[in-house]
Amino acid sequence: MYPFQYQRATTPEQAVAAVAKVSGAAFVAGGTSQLDLMKEDVLRPSLLVDVSPLPLKTISAFEGGLRLGAGVSNTAAAIHPEVQARYPAVSEALLAGASTQIRNMASMGGNPLQRTRCPYFRDPAQPCNKREPGTGCAALKGLNRVHAIFGASTACVATHPSDLAVALAALDAQVQVTGPGGTRTIAFPDLHRLPGDTPQQDTTLVPGELITSIDLPSFTGRSHYLKVRERASYAFALVSCAVALEMDGKKIRRARVALGGVAHKPWRVPAAEALLAGKKPSEKLFRAATEVAFADAKPLEHNAYKLTMGRNLMLRALLETSGLQPLQGPAGTAFAASVGGVGGE
Amino acid sequence: MVEATGTPLDRVDGRLKVTGAARYSAEWDVPGLTYGAIVTSTVAHGTVRAIDSTAALRAPGVLTVLTHENAPRLQPFPEKVNGSLFRGEGGITETRQPLQDANVEYAGQPLAVVVADTLERARHAASLVRVTYEQRPPELNITASSRRTLPETFTGNKEEKLQVTVGDPKVALAAAPVKLEQVYESAITHHNPIEQLASIARWETRNGSEFLTLYDTTRGVENMQEVVSNSLSVPKENVHVICPFIGGAFGSKGWLFAPPLLTAMAARVAKRPVKIEWRRQDMFAVAGQRAATRQTLSLGATRDGKLTALQHDTQTHSSQSSGYTEPCARVSRMMYAVPNLGFAHQLSHLHLPSPCPMRGPGETVGGWALECAMDELAAELNLDPVELRLRNYAETNPETGKPWSSKHLRECYARGQELIGWSKRNPKPRSMREGNTLIGYGMATTMYPAARRPAEAKATLFADGRALVQSATHELGNGAYTIFRQISADGLALPVERVRFELGDSALPNAPTSGGSATTATIGPAALAACRNVLGALKRLAIRDAQSPLYGATEDALEARDGRLVRKAAPTQGEEYGTILRRAKLPSLEASGEAKPGDEREKYSFYSFGAVFVKVRVDELTGTIRLAQLCAVYDVGRLMNPKTAHSQIIGGVSMGLGATLMEETHYDQQNGRAVVRNLADYHVPSMADTPNIQVEWLNIPDPHISELGARGIGEIGCVGTPAAITNAVYHATGRRFRSLPLTPDKVLPT
Repeated sequence: MYPFQYQRATTPEQAVAAVAKVSGAAFVAGGTSQLDLMKEDVLRPSLLVDVSPLPLKTISAFEGGLRLGAGVSNTAAAIHPEVQARYPAVSEALLAGASTQIRNMASMGGNPLQRTRCPYFRDPAQPCNKREPGTGCAALKGLNRVHAIFGASTACVATHPSDLAVALAALDAQVQVTGPGGTRTIAFPDLHRLPGDTPQQDTTLVPGELITSIDLPSFTGRSHYLKVRERASYAFALVSCAVALEMDGKKIRRARVALGGVAHKPWRVPAAEALLAGKKPSEKLFRAATEVAFADAKPLEHNAYKLTMGRNLMLRALLETSGLQPLQGPAGTAFAASVGGVGGE
Repeated sequence: MVEATGTPLDRVDGRLKVTGAARYSAEWDVPGLTYGAIVTSTVAHGTVRAIDSTAALRAPGVLTVLTHENAPRLQPFPEKVNGSLFRGEGGITETRQPLQDANVEYAGQPLAVVVADTLERARHAASLVRVTYEQRPPELNITASSRRTLPETFTGNKEEKLQVTVGDPKVALAAAPVKLEQVYESAITHHNPIEQLASIARWETRNGSEFLTLYDTTRGVENMQEVVSNSLSVPKENVHVICPFIGGAFGSKGWLFAPPLLTAMAARVAKRPVKIEWRRQDMFAVAGQRAATRQTLSLGATRDGKLTALQHDTQTHSSQSSGYTEPCARVSRMMYAVPNLGFAHQLSHLHLPSPCPMRGPGETVGGWALECAMDELAAELNLDPVELRLRNYAETNPETGKPWSSKHLRECYARGQELIGWSKRNPKPRSMREGNTLIGYGMATTMYPAARRPAEAKATLFADGRALVQSATHELGNGAYTIFRQISADGLALPVERVRFELGDSALPNAPTSGGSATTATIGPAALAACRNVLGALKRLAIRDAQSPLYGATEDALEARDGRLVRKAAPTQGEEYGTILRRAKLPSLEASGEAKPGDEREKYSFYSFGAVFVKVRVDELTGTIRLAQLCAVYDVGRLMNPKTAHSQIIGGVSMGLGATLMEETHYDQQNGRAVVRNLADYHVPSMADTPNIQVEWLNIPDPHISELGARGIGEIGCVGTPAAITNAVYHATGRRFRSLPLTPDKVLPT
């Protein structure tokens, strides 16, 4: 670990000012992912400004939806009755991720900003354009089993690891930001970016910008999150899928689908969403949507399985969200989200 | 008094462990302690051209930087240590002494130690050391390596030949009416104990000579003493190794010596006590691993399912400086009555870290291949998998012809079938379904060699009525403190509360490295011998004491009962141990004892057996497998403590589950670096993966192994589980999987 300075912030404005004026400064909230990366010498901030004391820890009604303060813990958001009842995909995504201990520490603002689990990013002795621009991408020729099939570049094939972000992308959440240039609102699907030639930038935030809340818009449809992982608990998604369906009688008025574990950002599939709009839910329709969604996937040497797995998972997520198949557990819980469930009878 | 042995006594060190009071190797408070951090090789093959320590030496708090250019010289490893072959093909350890030359043989190899006044400063300074290399292409492929050997024995043990032919398997296979040949591959896996490697070394001058105290995460304090003293050219008695608690080992922490040697060298140069704690990512390079295997199984059988030939050939790998060979035929060589039996092991030396034993070395992945092949043969013959095994039940050891010391495997099969409801399943593959999931049942035989080694112990009776028994064995989480206290309490006829057991210290009576599931059978009889001897001494004291009610009796006429020595013929006549000692003005009385295996080893073949039955759910469209139920029945001799035994066996089963479904270490095929190096991305089973494990045991004492009748249980749970799960996945899906682990990407139909 490299030496660094540490400060506790008292107001968002003060936190922003502190980070903006020091080169290499960063915010820290729960630190659950950031401190690991610092210990591995992957992140070397000169200054950490602790935003966990900031008064951003409330969940409140907001324009017919909910405002989740950036400092709300993942646990508090996941088990909030309004979140569980109105946005079960959010609770399912949170509870199907990490562990109880990590969720207790991790914040709503920090979770979407966690860095990739690409193993080459996490080893400073490996080439990685995301960690050290210009060194190359070891995953391209190396082990790329967990890497991207959409939107990757020759510079980077990493995926975004957050479950929460996939659900927020499907729900068209809004991100409130305070920065050196004042405040602004970012549509969640625009928060993260594709790697292109600058994979070192995960998001569209500029230095010093701080997320103050995540706003869930008014929503009366059904939402659901499904995740495939290599063990029954505490594993990142190989592939995940969040669905938000709004119905008009027996027809789908609007469908939004986001895929996780397949790209550098939560991967919305607009062509598939357009196909679903105005139609009556059926397995046949949903299958057609999955074909459209994965039509331009580009697998690497070890991850072609994600096309099959992703299509199968998206189909199941649509079937379960629409009610054509039952959920595998109570809505808003990890049991609904976990493909395969837990061991035991 | 009721015997303590065999009762479910709570772990006597449980409270210490859960409250943090148990002292692990990194936790000793040594005055003046400094901290070492390691610089490791970023490349897998080449030569260090230069190490620039300038910036590190200028960093705050840095005391010294050791490299191959300035480190103390070490003696080479001896050929053998305490009976185990160290050097050469089949040898157990990495013989590369650290910091002695500029050669790089694997990524993560230690190249320098930075010593500083705090851990943080040491680690930061280590990141400032600049190493340049003359790189050469690493050899990383097991089947394309230029240096391949055929080791003769496993660790030099004449009983464990690695290239064997009995009868003529080639001819028998050619003539067999039914033949099966398949290749089974298993991935590299790591032990990943929760406690990482750590050492503290302190040098002192005592009476003009150098004396080293070493706190180390070792399950072999005596081997460690031997290797360290030999390497550093100090007398053995001047090295004191201490390790009262180990946070899991599973085969690691026994046979790789670079970490303590680096610490001892650093402390010598820094002239201060030094602690080195290894990071999790380092554990993937310096702590040992289970090597990958590529096994070819050939079975020949008659149409009614009698095996006529079995050939089991293994390709595996080691590093450039270790001959360790995963002994994959350990199950094939003894499990079934087959007249023509052959096995071979080919070792590829790669530019990867050294392997070492890992829970069920050979048995876990070799038994997986054999028991999967047996399942395939049963399907081919349209026989129930249990029936095929019964038709080939070995009444004697097929390799040696010796009778078994004790074998009740038929009972294990029968009880296991009952527990899982074997007869209620539809035996047709891919015939059972619930919602999105396919249901499958599978089974496998399991076994473990019942080793026993020589050991010594010391028993001390105190005048206040307490007692202490000691031996240089280890507490790995296995329950050693608990069961040896129980055994010693019975040996001394005292309640367990009045007996303590001490271990984990090279100054204690000799005991071997804790491994091979041999600790109970090895240490238990030695403890009993010491207890008998101290009671004998106490009897002689009483007999000679005119004031004792036992005065003048013969030793044979006396016995120990409920903390008293009494006359057998008149048990009311006697007195408490403490009374005898106090009258003799002795604060304590001690005696040594030793025990070792005898000629029973020539007469019998010693093994534990078991049968594992599982039910799985396979969500085929996502490739997800979950264990629905596991029922296993074991014939492991007499149990010393059913509670600690239960924990140890379900731990083994869980580890076998991990090897089957999720555990895999991948080294980058370009540069040889471990790709996944943390426990978030290297998956071991979580609680949610292992909820329904039911284990039973027959509890039939082995009449020949020792007076305790107990065989070991540390590894048998891990063996058998992988094949039972894999066979159940076949039953669920109708598809064979011959590559571990069965991760979703493999299970997903293409």
